[in-house]
Amino acid sequence: MADVIEVGAARGDAPPPAAKARRRGASAGRTGRATPYLFLAPYLVLFGVFGLLPIILGLWLSVHQWDFQLPNRPFIGLDNYKDLFSSDSAIYGDWWESVRATAIFTVLSVPLLVVVPLGLALLLNRSFPGRTFFRAIYFAPYVLGVAVIGLLWRFLLDANLGLVNRLAGAVGLPADTPWVTAMPWAWISLVGVTVWWTSGFNAVIYLAGLQDISPELYEAARMDGASAWQRFRNVTLPGLRPVLLFVITTTVLASANMFGQSFLITQGTPGTETRTVVWFIVEEGLRDNDAGRAAAMSIVFALMLAVVSIANFRLFRYKED
Amino acid sequence: MTTPTRTTRGSATASRVVLYATLVALALIFLVPLLWMVITSLKTYTGAQQIPPSWLPNPIAGYGYEQILNNSANPVLRWFFNSMLAATLHSLLVLVTASMAAYALARLKFRGRGVSFALIVGTLFIPPTSLIIPNFLIVDQLNWIDTLAVVVVPGAASAFGVFFLRQFFLSLPNELEEAATLDGANQWQIFFRVVLPLSKPALATLAVLSFLTNWNDFLWPIFVLFSPEKLTLPPGLGLLQGSYVTDYPVIMAGAVLASLPVLILFVLAQRHIIQGVSRSGLKG
Repeated sequence: MADVIEVGAARGDAPPPAAKARRRGASAGRTGRATPYLFLAPYLVLFGVFGLLPIILGLWLSVHQWDFQLPNRPFIGLDNYKDLFSSDSAIYGDWWESVRATAIFTVLSVPLLVVVPLGLALLLNRSFPGRTFFRAIYFAPYVLGVAVIGLLWRFLLDANLGLVNRLAGAVGLPADTPWVTAMPWAWISLVGVTVWWTSGFNAVIYLAGLQDISPELYEAARMDGASAWQRFRNVTLPGLRPVLLFVITTTVLASANMFGQSFLITQGTPGTETRTVVWFIVEEGLRDNDAGRAAAMSIVFALMLAVVSIANFRLFRYKED
Repeated sequence: MTTPTRTTRGSATASRVVLYATLVALALIFLVPLLWMVITSLKTYTGAQQIPPSWLPNPIAGYGYEQILNNSANPVLRWFFNSMLAATLHSLLVLVTASMAAYALARLKFRGRGVSFALIVGTLFIPPTSLIIPNFLIVDQLNWIDTLAVVVVPGAASAFGVFFLRQFFLSLPNELEEAATLDGANQWQIFFRVVLPLSKPALATLAVLSFLTNWNDFLWPIFVLFSPEKLTLPPGLGLLQGSYVTDYPVIMAGAVLASLPVLILFVLAQRHIIQGVSRSGLKG
């Protein structure tokens, strides 16, 4: 009841004298007890419906056989989960192939996506005319979406008409590499395109971290006669550790969630070898109409990512001690 | 500064040359593919099929653009308009809801604040891709499939905006509110007249980042939009590629049209985008 009165007071609807007096005497900006909740409400509605509800619904779906076309969606316990781990289920082979594809892409792309941007950031981390200009150019591909990147690189990597093979031919390299249709080229292409597309993003994060390292540390190291490599090893890297942890963790997650590149550039080929987990989940859930099984896969996948992220943290925290 | 001797000045110049040579070589790697997209979009069909390809379109042809502008099966302009509308509405929705929620979480005291914040931040650690299937069922129940709302609203539940603005609001000095309170302002007045005007840079950054994310989104719209006239550009480009297969001037013209707004936005709002990205890194 008190809340209601105070909200009324805040709106100026003829407050009872007592409430009015209380409001005058209240400390900084106290308007009404409901006010904070009113500020939160619009976001909380969105968050509840599209942030929390899907988590609960996902768990619920995963223990049901949920075929869009069937009238009954019976409870089937952990069967959807068991199917993912028993080699005689229909889905086992495709599911693990997609896990394998995702793991390969992550393992190949993350080291490059951590190291190449660091190189770019070190290059940009000094004052010279044109610095902002070059930073903008290196970042530019990142503002384009995967749909544009995918179409563009599908064309550039085309074995016959693509610019990549033309340029390779011009400098005496083989000019007929099947970049998007055969192994190991398909992985090289997907990793290469991703490095080209997103390196600028990580580089900008590194740059901010580099600028937080005190110049005095470098000065002191120089006075002690440290070489450029020693300064990098003993000043830059330790100073970057928290940023490095952030970059590695977010990059692992981004790579593990890869979808658009293989959907558009290699289109899953050769065979379905480059079809990633995210792709397989949405295909299973939305095209092949088994939302229950897809939900179970989503949850197992989220748990796998959680384990990898925690391992990352442990590894880096440990080094810090 | 001490006067450099001849040798150190010479080696300083040499290292400048090496620096710029490296910078330019890298710039070419990032730029040539984008230039090739524009060049190809200005070629004729046969011009784009030439082997070896020519570096410049000869003649400069409007063929690719004519194809996408008068095309009833692939209404590219319509997709452009849909994308513009969706991204604009989405970033407005994020601004309004996230700024209000972030203000409450940063500056107001209330019961449940800790719990709500923990819940909201907790979802930052859940990969959004793992919520796609249940979210699909939710928008299906709402009858939002193949409508504008489906690409505007659900993404605004992301915790990023709230988290980002809360950090900014926390950095504002308390004295501002105290002064406003002494003048008789209530929380709404403080929020609208004091906090929001002071937060313009952070709001601009969030608006630009939300616009970019929505404009570029691919995975969600390809599954929730179907009718050709309802598509946004990213799923539309997929359709365009399906119809034109190796007719690259047309496909690249579509890609250019999808790139131009975000590239222009990047040039105009570069500072905001770069700051937004670097700040998101520093929270880690």
